[in-house]
Amino acid sequence: MDAIILQILNGLDKGSAYALIALGLTLIFGTLGVVNFAHGALFMIGAFVAVTVSRLLTLSHQVIDETRTDFLGNPLKVDVPYIYGWFGESTGAAIIDWAVPISILIAIPVMILIGVIMERGLIKHFYKRPHADQILVTFGLAIVLQEIIKYFYGANPIPTPAPQAFVGSFDFGALIGFDANSIIYPYWRLVYFGFSMVIITAVFAFLQFTTFGMVVRAGMADRETVGLLGINIDKRFTIMFGIAAAVAGLAGVMYTPINSPNYHMGMDFLVLSFVVVVVGGMGSLPGAVAAGFLLGILESFASMGAVIDLIPGINQVIIYLVAIVILLTRPRGLMGRKGVMEE
Amino acid sequence: MGILEVKGVGKRFGGLQALGDVNLSVQENSVHAIIGPNGAGKSTLLNVLVGKLIPDTGSVMFEGQSVLGRSPHEINQMGISRVFQTPEIFGDLTVMENIMIPCFAKRDGSYRLHAFETVLHEKELVAQAEQILIDVNMIDKREMHAASMSRGDKRRLEMAMCLVQEPKLLLLDEPTAGMARADTNNTIDLLKEINEKRDITMCIIEHDMHVVFSLAERITVLAQGTPLVEDIPEKIKGHPKVQEAYLGQAHG
Amino acid sequence: MLGLNKKDMNLLLLVAGLVIFAPFILNPFPEGSELAQFNAGYPDLMQRFVIFGIFAIGFNILFGLTGYLSFGHAAFLGVGSYAGVWMMKLLTMNVVPAIMISVVVAGLFSLLIGYISLRRSGIYFSILTLAFAQMSFALAYSVLTPLTGGETGLQLSLNDPRVLGISATETGSIPVTHFFGLEMRDSFELALGSWLFTFNAGYYLCAAVMLIAFYLSIRIFRSPFGMMLRAVKSNQQRMKYTGLNPKPYTLAAFVISGMYAGLAGGLMVSMDPLAGAERMFWTASGEVVLMAILGGAGTLIGPVLGAGLIKYMENILSKINSTILHEWFAFMPDGIEDVMVTLVYPFIGKGWHLTLGIMFMLVVIFLPGGLVEGGQRIARLFRRRGAKTDDSGAEQSQNTPAE
Repeated sequence: MDAIILQILNGLDKGSAYALIALGLTLIFGTLGVVNFAHGALFMIGAFVAVTVSRLLTLSHQVIDETRTDFLGNPLKVDVPYIYGWFGESTGAAIIDWAVPISILIAIPVMILIGVIMERGLIKHFYKRPHADQILVTFGLAIVLQEIIKYFYGANPIPTPAPQAFVGSFDFGALIGFDANSIIYPYWRLVYFGFSMVIITAVFAFLQFTTFGMVVRAGMADRETVGLLGINIDKRFTIMFGIAAAVAGLAGVMYTPINSPNYHMGMDFLVLSFVVVVVGGMGSLPGAVAAGFLLGILESFASMGAVIDLIPGINQVIIYLVAIVILLTRPRGLMGRKGVMEE
Repeated sequence: MGILEVKGVGKRFGGLQALGDVNLSVQENSVHAIIGPNGAGKSTLLNVLVGKLIPDTGSVMFEGQSVLGRSPHEINQMGISRVFQTPEIFGDLTVMENIMIPCFAKRDGSYRLHAFETVLHEKELVAQAEQILIDVNMIDKREMHAASMSRGDKRRLEMAMCLVQEPKLLLLDEPTAGMARADTNNTIDLLKEINEKRDITMCIIEHDMHVVFSLAERITVLAQGTPLVEDIPEKIKGHPKVQEAYLGQAHG
Repeated sequence: MLGLNKKDMNLLLLVAGLVIFAPFILNPFPEGSELAQFNAGYPDLMQRFVIFGIFAIGFNILFGLTGYLSFGHAAFLGVGSYAGVWMMKLLTMNVVPAIMISVVVAGLFSLLIGYISLRRSGIYFSILTLAFAQMSFALAYSVLTPLTGGETGLQLSLNDPRVLGISATETGSIPVTHFFGLEMRDSFELALGSWLFTFNAGYYLCAAVMLIAFYLSIRIFRSPFGMMLRAVKSNQQRMKYTGLNPKPYTLAAFVISGMYAGLAGGLMVSMDPLAGAERMFWTASGEVVLMAILGGAGTLIGPVLGAGLIKYMENILSKINSTILHEWFAFMPDGIEDVMVTLVYPFIGKGWHLTLGIMFMLVVIFLPGGLVEGGQRIARLFRRRGAKTDDSGAEQSQNTPAE
């Protein structure tokens, strides 16, 4: 029992990332009808926003520390972040410690801006072209974006730690009445799961309860009619692209403490996110979320020793296997609308 | 016994009864028109005949063989060709290639891996294709990209693609829709000629009564998915039921 | 001749000329000169040019003709590589059986994957092929280690049986690959003045195979089969109502292009008998997509050009570092020199992928016919310019398309 709970928990953080990226992908597909291969790159850019913010916060100048000397007896020069000078040492250190959560505030406008530029500057011109062309041009864009990041940040992963308060693990098993040390779970992963739930809820609430969201949903169902009503649906869809980019970016920001960001992390997640979207149903928002968590948890179950002993290698292929079965038996996915992308 | 026998065909989409108990008998070498107001089920019936839709009930026999459950390409190989309302052609290919493809389909069946022959070395088929292009007066356009032609030329090309297969039954879905009067008359002449010279049975769906009464030997009137009446054109014109269901509406 | 019309024959002869004289053409700069680093005429790279050319030609038969975008073609190349190495481990170091088994195994594998994937079209087909390829990669990397060598890759060893050959040479090393006794690593070097040209046996074997592959692709393009494949891309609905079944045509194209990929994989291990799982990773499939589209999908020679261009960038452009750049711009005043180096630097050396990505995007946006279309447009521009000055020339150029 405890092993099962542990696997479910382990699946949650990856599942959260899948769900967030897939949510944006399916939002873009549902609103604009575009298959965006550059969506993984947006996830990656989000992670590097966090890297950038933490670097900016630790920008330092050299100060001579009179109290200490080096081995020659000269006064020692130490790097002191500018931020210490502005907020005092303890507040400054706390701000640096909380760099990743602070990045969220920066990432939202940055990602929306990037998303809007992408849509207006490039994707807009591909609405009428075949899906293959959309895949190709966004694939090219993904390469360009990741190479730009690589140029500025190098090829190596950049460790970006979580705030001190969330480093380490806690004994989840003991909390819910199991033996001590049976279920150990890192704090940050729980934070990540909670964060993703907040984002997902926010996106759904936005679409459900605001007039803007209602128009967008109506547009997803029947674009022409909404256009005939004199509503500028294109503008709203552009903003939706920005929001989808922001969701992917935030998923990336918060993922940095789990996996040190590198320039190709977007491509790594992209393929799996596409699989998630397809399993959930192209254009279905609840489908993307459900499939994201489902596949994340399924993947983690398949990694259990007992399962691998039974079917070797299943942990490596389970997600693809599910996708293939779904595509062949129920091409509209778990929750997709009938007729969407069906032959 | 007609070349095409439709018996008791019904088709339901969710709550909508698109076709209910349709009976139709098309005689060999005749021109049979199916008319009816919008939503009468004409297109649904056509889609059943070519294998795009499978009806819930009933049978469709062509030359004594059932077409139900066969895929569109098998039905075409039985000798049924279809002209679409908006021309369906191979837009990326040249006019000549558009004609060559049905020539190959006629000779080689629905699939043959002829990967190391050369299209233009098939002299017999090339001659056949050139002849049909002369017949429809398009030989000077043979190297043109099909997509770059006018709508009228695309229709003629599609017709030629069907004719070159020498079908036994040609289904036409509003062949004159959107045409000017002069073009419509040309098309009527062309279809008459095809019917008489090539012995091709035709089943035609049409809104334009001028076309229907100039061509058809028998007319079936569909309304709300069921045949209202089937008769020769003279009788249809004066038929009170038809007046009520269709003609009155169309003229009004 | 050979069942080709004059234009196609000229194209084939042009490509033949290019690959036969590649050791000269690719080594235009004398040894030791500053520009020698742009010489690409060394055996290893020339082999890669033609092998990836074959891969791209095959991919183009599927994508260029039918429009079905496969994102998993590297899987067939990888499977072909493994099969080839196994043939060398078990049977003989002669490359012929290895290449043959590569083609056959890749063909069978693509038949299986194609049969399943082609039940869907459009983006779903792309994702299915992607999923299958990723699955193959993951399996080759983990559970199938006894068959694939896992992380280290599949290598030859001194303990291999090699029933028709020898397990180890007299000196105790692993025997080398050969073509009926002609060792693939054999090279003949020709020094002309300060130029050095290398003629490598392995390269010429690959080049010969590539010419055959190219010839076959021309025949396929001009065949009724090729026409049917273009019909699949253009209008499947009309195809069905014309009495043709698109499925077997598309599957045949898929299998043929899978066999081309297997052939490329077989040649790869014939030159260097080592097969690794990374060859099957989806970015490797993405690379062949880039090659075909950059050069010109649906054109005959485009994919070959695309493969050559990308491999050239990968191997030559990537070597340029900032020192070399400084040398180039040395004639400029210091300040401007630094600016120029800073501007150019991101696009070359390790940043060559950036250049590739930008070029690819430009091609997809503006030149759907790839570099071949670009070339044609430029040629047309010049022809029109020429026509303005010479009226009789204009008449001729108007007549050519009708021929």
